[in-house]
Amino acid sequence: MKTLARLRQLRLSHLLFVVIVAALLLYLILPVLIVVPMSFSEARFLQFPPKQWSLRWYEAFFHSSEWMSAARVSLITALVTTLVSLPIGMAAAYAINSSNLRIIRSLQIILLLPMMVPIILIAAGVFFVYARVGLIASLTGLVLAHIMLALPYVIIALLAGLRNFDMSQEMVARSLGMNRFRAFMAVTLPQIKPSLVSATLFAFITSLDETVVALFISGGDNQTLTKRMFTALRDEIDPTIAAISSLLILASLVLVVIGGRSKAQ
Amino acid sequence: MSNAYLAKSVQGPNDRQYPPSASSTRALAREERKEHTAMLLLLAPALVMVVVLLILPLGWLAVQSVHTEEGFSLANYARIFQERIYWDTFSLTFKISLMVTVLSILMGFPIAFAASRLQGFWANLILLCVILPFWTSVLVRSYAWLVLLQRRGLVNQTLLDLGLIDQPLNLMHNTTGTVIGTLHVMLPFMVLPLYSVMRKIPQDLLQASNSLGATPFYTFRRVFLPMAAPGVMAGSILVFVICLGFFITPELLGGGRTILVSMLVQRNVELYHAWGAASAVGLVLLLVVFLIFWGINRFIPIERILGAR
Repeated sequence: MKTLARLRQLRLSHLLFVVIVAALLLYLILPVLIVVPMSFSEARFLQFPPKQWSLRWYEAFFHSSEWMSAARVSLITALVTTLVSLPIGMAAAYAINSSNLRIIRSLQIILLLPMMVPIILIAAGVFFVYARVGLIASLTGLVLAHIMLALPYVIIALLAGLRNFDMSQEMVARSLGMNRFRAFMAVTLPQIKPSLVSATLFAFITSLDETVVALFISGGDNQTLTKRMFTALRDEIDPTIAAISSLLILASLVLVVIGGRSKAQ
Repeated sequence: MSNAYLAKSVQGPNDRQYPPSASSTRALAREERKEHTAMLLLLAPALVMVVVLLILPLGWLAVQSVHTEEGFSLANYARIFQERIYWDTFSLTFKISLMVTVLSILMGFPIAFAASRLQGFWANLILLCVILPFWTSVLVRSYAWLVLLQRRGLVNQTLLDLGLIDQPLNLMHNTTGTVIGTLHVMLPFMVLPLYSVMRKIPQDLLQASNSLGATPFYTFRRVFLPMAAPGVMAGSILVFVICLGFFITPELLGGGRTILVSMLVQRNVELYHAWGAASAVGLVLLLVVFLIFWGINRFIPIERILGAR
């Protein structure tokens, strides 16, 4: 009898726990899910659930030259940032992993600084410098700043891969006559592919998502999507944002799947 | 691992074991130097990027913060302690950061616990609910909260329909909105390190404790909790530090009424072009962040905390 009572109590606390976790997960996922139906609403004002469905906000996005130009700037910046930060980050990660020099250990912490310094301060600093060298509102300036911001993510992702890789395999290839670069490309690189994939995703998403620095330094024809979205959200809420948000959520879902796939392999 | 190692291992066909001659020692040293130079050169591009675009600008800001027309002055720093608005902003930022950190521990723990004790579909579902928001733009999520929390938003509507409130609550453009939105952004930063630590706690250990007569609560407190502590620590540091400098969500959901340190920097730069004041405020914030990282580095390497992201 007593055991039964205890069992029931246990069940009840289990049930309570399940309810709590479900509520917490709802808190996490609801804001992401609610945006999608909103984007198909006919109404000018924010309402949920929408009374009539339409594609007008998607049309508004794809037909607006301003939004399209912002999307183009963001995509180009993210693409170039990824392409440049990967080799630079790879070189740095390789050096950190294979050298036992003490100075490299201490230089490593410098490379992590973009992750540690509050982004608002980075933005102010970059703005200050760009204003003096004339890089404000330029694509070059934007890409350079984003590469700097993406580097620590790239390096951490790649280091994780390199640390689990047995470097003596590369040594074997070199002792058989390959030069170091070819040995790295042929032997090491294919084996750290999963961490290469996550480094790529991190670099791309860091640039695509970056708002604060873009808010300070991008402008004119080179405004990023994030800057336009931020300004639109602050001034008046335009439902076009819901359409853009849904597209971005779709993009992040794709990235999560790619990331999950590469991890599973 | 280095060229020096190669130089040593390659031997001629008729080699006998001689003690290394002076010339081969020199060759070895030369190889080692070459190796070091090569590694430093590989590191150089990344280093140059960070030095030119981060460290140099920070140095510049530091100069601005103490430089006035009359020369060197600490007036910009003194103002933080003297003027009410600056002091209030700093204390509000700390209060909100602390609140969000504590809430994210309380909310993150059950999520990570459930994910780590379950397997297959349910564990993946929980992780998806954490990772999808994590990868979704902060702007998108702020927008969603603006929709949810507005006067006639879903949250107020539901509470009204349930009869829990008579009047719609003011949930945004104030501190409540800031906390709700910020917490949503921070929660994954807590859950992910917690989960990675908890997953490694073997179920056998908990069963052993139970079979020895411990109550579930005792097992949780004396076995599970101590082993999960490093995850709590890493997550808390990450959340607290990011909160201190967070800008986007507080700006959008606070609606200009809840002013945090980051907004003080932004307004001083963009509205008033007061570089000295902006720099001083920003550098004090930076100092606090560095002190926290420096303090925690003795227990958990910084790289591990940041890598949890």
